[in-house]
Amino acid sequence: VALSGAASADPHPDAELIIEGELNVKVRAEPAAHLDGAVPEIYSGWLFRTDETRSLQMDDFENPAMLGVEAGQDAWNTVEGAAGKSCADCHGDAAESMKGVRAVMPKVNDNGDLWSTEDYVNNCRTERMEADALKWNSGDLNNMVAYISVQSRGMPVAVQIDGEAEPFWERGKDMYYTRFGQLELSCASCHEENYGMNIRADHLSQGQINGFPTYRLKQGKLISTHNRFRGCIRDTRAESFAMGSQEFRELELYVASRGLGLDTEGVAVRN
Amino acid sequence: AGASASAEVKPADLVWEDEIAIPASLSGTAGDPAKGAEVLVKRSLGNCVACHENSAMPDVAFQGNVGPSFDGVGARWSEAELRGIVANAKQVFPGSIMPVFYNDNPDDYIRPGDAYTAKAYNPETFTTLLTAQQIEDVVAYLTTLTEY
Ligand code: HEC
Ligand code: HEC
Ligand code: HEC
Repeated sequence: VALSGAASADPHPDAELIIEGELNVKVRAEPAAHLDGAVPEIYSGWLFRTDETRSLQMDDFENPAMLGVEAGQDAWNTVEGAAGKSCADCHGDAAESMKGVRAVMPKVNDNGDLWSTEDYVNNCRTERMEADALKWNSGDLNNMVAYISVQSRGMPVAVQIDGEAEPFWERGKDMYYTRFGQLELSCASCHEENYGMNIRADHLSQGQINGFPTYRLKQGKLISTHNRFRGCIRDTRAESFAMGSQEFRELELYVASRGLGLDTEGVAVRN
Repeated sequence: AGASASAEVKPADLVWEDEIAIPASLSGTAGDPAKGAEVLVKRSLGNCVACHENSAMPDVAFQGNVGPSFDGVGARWSEAELRGIVANAKQVFPGSIMPVFYNDNPDDYIRPGDAYTAKAYNPETFTTLLTAQQIEDVVAYLTTLTEY
């Protein structure tokens, strides 16, 4: 029991994430300049998991998140809505049209709003397919985002944080350092100041989102970035924010930018 | 809970000494170390072992290490200081990530919630993380941890 600490205290020193024996996904990086030395190195959450969990993500047949990717692929090719169109009708082969898309999300759209991948999907559904919007964090939406994410696998996180994105990014940063709830804990309390440590049974990572949507073994399903944020804020005994809220899009942008230098994992497995 | 209302010190009325110690009992009833040990471990109570290791409890699984080990804590700090730390760690260690266990004022928090429901707090039920007596019990237990 006393081992809970030292035995698993650090990110794995030298594990490499190589998917299907060929695609090397970068899981350690020099911190982006904007982090101003807050952490000495950037680590994917993958490095904080057990050998067994890590190995699941190296093999697509073992990776349970790939079932969601397959379901997303089916949906990509399925006609839905009054306009009688599928995603493929307009975007063709996702391997080409969606390559690199997840790596730059969330991003500012043509109207100047900050949108997550989910918003782009739902906008196409409602405006272009005349179908219903999918519920945030629903299986169908997470599957589609997973299918889109897999097309950016191994590509560097490339969110824009300056120019028109900057005010959103600044607000996300404020939120990251806000000590929410009756426990008065910020994201930084756990993921910047104490990564590598244990909070009860949980081994704290840097809370990166380059692997999202992520298959959580504990929940037995894919979860979205905003679902994770919601849970982490709830655990401070706070009134959390809604998934899909403006606050969470801004937080998503800021947290994504803390992972600049890492590669997009294109659907991770975590415990 | 068991103490009479008159003997209990309300969170707003805590009397500090040297800014880090609270000499007077919060409940007026002596703490019970056995109950304190339970508060230390139970997730629904103090869940102190989420952040602190305690070698005196080798059977308790998954002890955290975000805070210092409890080993020898009763030798490092007096009873009054331990009461101060548990009641309001941020008074004793400014900026600490350790929660304040004895404050019932929702206005001191940002988006205080209704426990772990993710919903807004209920003004009727919002209360301290631990009762006065639970704090006395934990302090009584911590004073027994004099070995390193
Ligand atoms: C009727 C045509 C049409 C359909 C059907 C359609 N889209 Fe789109 N989609 C567009 C257009 C046009 C854009 C905006 C231009 C662009 O960025 O490619 C867009 C943009 C996107 C983007 C943002 C891409 C980026 O780089 O910013 C995503 C993601 C997306 N669509 C996903 C989907 C998905 C998933 C479906 C099916 C559920 C779908 N689309 C259905 C036409 C369509
Ligand atoms: C009380 C501690 C605590 C706080 C505060 C906290 N988290 Fe977490 N978070 C955890 C734990 C425990 C996990 C699961 C283990 C891990 O990956 O760190 C986790 C996981 C995550 C993950 C998943 C990482 C991965 O690789 O799968 C993300 C993302 C995350 N947190 C973001 C945040 C953000 C953003 C905030 C602030 C809004 C926050 N967390 C606040 C404890 C916390
Ligand atoms: C979220 C983490 C966290 C929780 C939960 C927590 N503590 Fe702490 N505690 C700390 C940290 C961190 C310190 C070190 C002081 C500082 O912040 O610099 C500390 C310090 C202490 C100290 C002084 C230790 C020493 O050796 O100097 C005592 C005593 C203590 N805590 C008791 C408790 C008790 C009792 C509980 C539960 C009722 C508890 N703590 C819950 C994080 C925590």
